[in-house]
This record gives sequence, structure tokens and C-alpha cells, in this order.
Amino acid sequence: MTAQLIFALTLLLTLGVFAFTMRRIFINFRYTKKKALHNIPARLRETFKVAIAQEKIFRHPVMGLLHALVFWGFIVILFGSIEMVIDGLFGTERVFGFMGWFYNFLMASGDIFAAIIALAILVFLFRRLFLHVKRFYGPEMKPVSKADANLALSFILFLMLSLLGMNTFYLLEMHNEGHAFVGVYPVSQSLADLFAGMNDGSIIFWHNFNWWFHILLIFVFANVLPYSKHFHVFMSVPNVFVSRIEPLGKVDNMDNITKEVKLMLDPSAPMDSGAEEPIEKFGVSDANDVNWVNYMNALSCTECGRCTAVCPANITGKLLSPRKIMMDVRARMKEKSDGLIREGANFDDGKSLIGDYISEEELWACTMCNACAQECPININQPSLILDMRRYLVLEQSKAPSGLNTAFANIENNGAPWQFSPEDRMNWAEELYLNEK
Amino acid sequence: MTNEKTKIQVPLMADLAAEGRKPEWLFWVGSAGAFDDRYKKVTREFAKILTHLKIDYAVLGTEESDSGDVARRAGNEMLFQMQALQNIDILNGYEVKKIVTCCPHDYNTLKNEYPELGGHYELWHHSQFLADLIEKGSIKGLSEAFMKNKIVFHDPCYLGRGNGEYAAPRSVLDAIPGQKLEMKRNKSFGLCCGAGGGQMFKEAEKGDKEVFIERTEEAIETGADIIATACPFCMVMMTDGIKYKNQEDRMKNYDIAELLSMSLGL
Repeated sequence: MTAQLIFALTLLLTLGVFAFTMRRIFINFRYTKKKALHNIPARLRETFKVAIAQEKIFRHPVMGLLHALVFWGFIVILFGSIEMVIDGLFGTERVFGFMGWFYNFLMASGDIFAAIIALAILVFLFRRLFLHVKRFYGPEMKPVSKADANLALSFILFLMLSLLGMNTFYLLEMHNEGHAFVGVYPVSQSLADLFAGMNDGSIIFWHNFNWWFHILLIFVFANVLPYSKHFHVFMSVPNVFVSRIEPLGKVDNMDNITKEVKLMLDPSAPMDSGAEEPIEKFGVSDANDVNWVNYMNALSCTECGRCTAVCPANITGKLLSPRKIMMDVRARMKEKSDGLIREGANFDDGKSLIGDYISEEELWACTMCNACAQECPININQPSLILDMRRYLVLEQSKAPSGLNTAFANIENNGAPWQFSPEDRMNWAEELYLNEK
Repeated sequence: MTNEKTKIQVPLMADLAAEGRKPEWLFWVGSAGAFDDRYKKVTREFAKILTHLKIDYAVLGTEESDSGDVARRAGNEMLFQMQALQNIDILNGYEVKKIVTCCPHDYNTLKNEYPELGGHYELWHHSQFLADLIEKGSIKGLSEAFMKNKIVFHDPCYLGRGNGEYAAPRSVLDAIPGQKLEMKRNKSFGLCCGAGGGQMFKEAEKGDKEVFIERTEEAIETGADIIATACPFCMVMMTDGIKYKNQEDRMKNYDIAELLSMSLGL
């Protein structure tokens, strides 16, 4: 009974802290711009393909497979974690055991996955600590980013070791007490042989120890994640669901500009309504100008750097790093959040995303080639955000590199980005002959 | 075999409309196709192919204006929409249904971005158009002009990643006798030529290297002597890259339409 009480209080504390953190983060969505979510069936298909089947992570086949195994393993093991919470609250043991073959299947999978995940994590840690993988470096990768990664990996490693420990000593305890056990545990069964000589007291102690260690580690981990780049664990699947599903080449239309342009081309066109709408800012200059999907992207990014590794600008030594753009949005929103909550959307701390976080030089280096968006395993779309910042620079500040200003003037005056007369548009067709055989 | 030269009169939409005729296809030439000296040659070769295959087509001529792709991606949404709405006005006036273009940028813009502004057309990039005709068996008698060449294809971002089309340009090339190669970074992994998103019209930001040099070096590494492209911007970049690397004697850059036209002896 005491154990149940302690467990219930711990769970309450965990959920309480978690709810506090989530509220603190999700309140920021209030300060983002609207964007409609269309085509739910296509989104579900995309979520299945990209998130559940892990399609895009396999663009790096070896590391992709390891990540996919960790992901699929987590899903299977989650079932056991839910069981543990029920067991903890009600003082039961392996309460889902009645499910028979289904239970055996999930427990066996979870047991095998725990070993696979532990091995995968060791590979990941080894890569991070001893191999100089280029995409894990870069000016935006501060020591805290690296510590963050190693901490999360260590958490997962201990989660898996304690899970295997729990299963192993559960088997030994059942065996010693002459009880039949529920579930199937291929890996722990072999491990149990190694500890078979242990006395009863120790076996009970280690079973309890691993059980409590595992569940408490989950509670702590769940509350550490939202503060780290590994918030990814919670956010990536929903992020894929809300991600852009249009062709990568397509750019979102600015409807507020369409209204103005139609009026310019045809001044007699009727206005939408008599009501004066507040003047809207064009483009993005700060974290609260981004739309909610952009912010979701930023929260889901785990800084893997696959985007930056394929960025033509970054490869050739320019300042632009698509990963940094996402990190900057998240950091700036975090910085500005308190003020926004206190004073509303008009809060001004004298800083902004463009300028204090992202330089114009970074924004103008993008070729809109979509290599980053193509590569992102969870469909983050960096180019759309880069473009929205360019839109702010051009439409609000009239700040574009001089070459582009010349091109704009040419398009406006001659209908082509070069300085040619529109009358010469058909010159290419002069003196054109076909060899007829 | 006698070679006779026939002068081509490229049909104009306005002229056909005056006769009450509506061609099946509109050939959207694009600003680069109309004004860039190198790409004008591609436009000419493609017009030859259209004429040779007796395709029912016309161009807008001086009624065509810039698609606005560069303006939009450089952040000038106002200018883009002005251009788009003007073009849509003209295109809808002629009740255009099917458009073919040699420019992946205009292909992408007209296909994906004009519909929201009232322009709904069936868009074909010339690689798709040609691949389709090859598949239907309409293009026959390709010579072995490139038998001794090694051709490597550079994927245009706006056709490839932008719209998921990797197969069409390759099936056009595969129809042409000769060896085909691939760069290490190809299809969805392809590296940009460096000209997209308005870069074509501005100085590059400070860095270690220009993007087009990085890409040209990759093409050179394959041992190819022809870089095949399917985009006016890629063509400028790859041609510059070949010059920069002093490979002009050994290496040429052709558009897939040019390769096909030359193979047909047009």
C-alpha cells in the first residue's frame, strides 16, 4: 500500500510538472499566425509513410535503420510502460498478462527491442564521442547541444538496461517462488541464466530496483525532453501530420498581397467589405510572425543536421545553415515568450529574429533548391520560412541585394529580369530552318 | 538522302485566334528562353522538334511576360502577383489548356502557383513532353551522333525535388544512343547548380567556393564529356563551370532538347 501511495504521488508530480511545461510551451502557439490544415486523408498517409514507416530517415540507410529500430522499439515498449503505471497504481503485477498471445508477442518484441535499442544507442554514442561526424558540428552547435544529445542517449541506454534487468529478475523471482510467469522474454531468459545462482533476497531486490529505476527514469526523461532538442520524441509524429504536403517547389501565396494587387490592376474591383482591416505586416521578422506550423517545425527539430549537410550554400562555406534557422526560431520564441504573455503580441524587447539571430547574409544565400526540406526526416520546411523572411526584407524594408533590385526593375519595366525590350521576345524565332530529310 | 531546309514560321496565338483556331499546345517560351543567348538556341531546337513532329502549337510572342518566379523567390511577392495576374489574363483569354515549357522554374510556377491566382492549366515540362512522345513511338530515327560520348545528367531542382520528376529527362536521354552516367549526388540527392531562388541575378555570399564550381567538379569526376541539362539557369551555371575549370575543349553542355534534335538531324 505504501508503495502504491508513493507511486501515485510520484506520478502526480510527474504529470503536474509535465502539464506545467506543456502549457508554458504551447501558450506560444497563441502568438503564431494561422494556417489552415487541408486534406486530412493525405496527411494521414504522409504520417504513415514518413513517421511510422520512417521512409525519409532511410536516405541514410545504416544510421536510418538504427533510428527506425529505436523508434519502432519505443512504440512496442510503450505498451509495457502503460502496464507498469497501472501495476504501480493498483499493486498488480503484469496486469495485461491476461491478453495471452498478444501479450506474449508484445513482451517478446519489447524484450528483443530493448537489447537492439541499447546496442543502437551505444553506436550513436560512439559516433558522437569518437567519430568526427561533420553534420554534428557547425557554429550553431554549442556545447549545450552536444551535452543535450549525450544526455538523452544515456537516458535511453539506462532505460533499456533497466527494462532488461526488470525482465531478467522477474523471471528469476517467478522461478524461485515456483510461479508461472506471463509473457515471453527471449533476451532476458538468456540473461537470467547468468544470475541463476543469486539468493532469493537479492533477486527480489534487483527486480524491485530495476522496476522502480525504469519507471522513475521514464518520468524524469519525459520531463527533461521538452526542455531539450529531444522534444523531438513527442513532437515529430504530430509535426509530420501538420507538415507541408504540397510539392516542394510550390510557394505559399500571400493572400493579403493578392487583395492589393487586384485593386491596383483594377481599381473598380469591389472591396471585400466595408470594415477596415488592421494593417498586416508582410513577411516574418520575429518569432511571433511565423505560422504555427513553422513553430511546430522548430519544436520538433532534433538538430540532426541532415539539412545543413546537403545545403549547397553551407557546403560551399556560406553562413546559411537550415538547421540554425529552426534552432533560432525556437530560441527566439523562448526568449520573447514571457514578454508576449505579459504584454501581448505588441511586446517589443528591442530585438528581433532577423538581425539578432539570423543575418540577412544567411537569408540571401539560399537557392531555394529544397535539398534541406527533401532531406528532413520529419518534413520540416526551412525554405518557406527563409522566403517569409526575405519577403519581410523586400516588402517592408525594401532591402534586397542590388542585383535583385535591378532584376525587379527589369521585370517591372520590360517583363524579363534582364534589360531587353519586350518587343524582342520573338527574336529567337528569326531565321529558323528545319532540315527535312 | 537530300537535305532540304524549310523555313519555320513559329505560330503565334494571336494569329491563330484571329483565324478562330485554338492550338492543342501553348509553348511557353519563358524569359530565359526568349532572351538568354545560350537558351535561345534551346528554344529554337525545341521549336524545330515541335514542327518536325507536326505538333499543333503556338507561342504567345510579345504577349508573354516574365512568370515572376525570380521575383517571388527573391521575396517580391507584389511583383510576382502582378506578373502572374497579367499572364493569367492573357492565357485565360486564349482559353489555354495545355502548356509545354523548357523551363522548370516556369513549369513549377505555372503548375503549382498560378492556380491560386485563377490560372488552371495542364503543365508539361519539355522533358515530360518528349519522354511521352518517345514512349508513344512518335520519335523515331535517332542517329548514333552521340555514340562515342559519355553523357551525365544534372537534375534541375525545380523539376526534381520541386515536382518529383526524375524519370522523364532520363528516358529522353536513354532514347539517344550513347553512354549515360550519373553523378554521386543525383535525383532527389542532386546538388543545386547555384542559380535558383534569385541567385542568378546577384553576387554570391562570401564562402569558400561557388556552388556551380562544386557541381561542375562533380560532373567532371564522372568522366563525362557532355553535361545534359534541362533548365536555362542550370545551363548558364554548368557552362560557366566548364569554362572556369578549363574543360571547354573536352566537355560540352547541352539541353536534352538539343541532344534529341541533333540526334534527329534537325
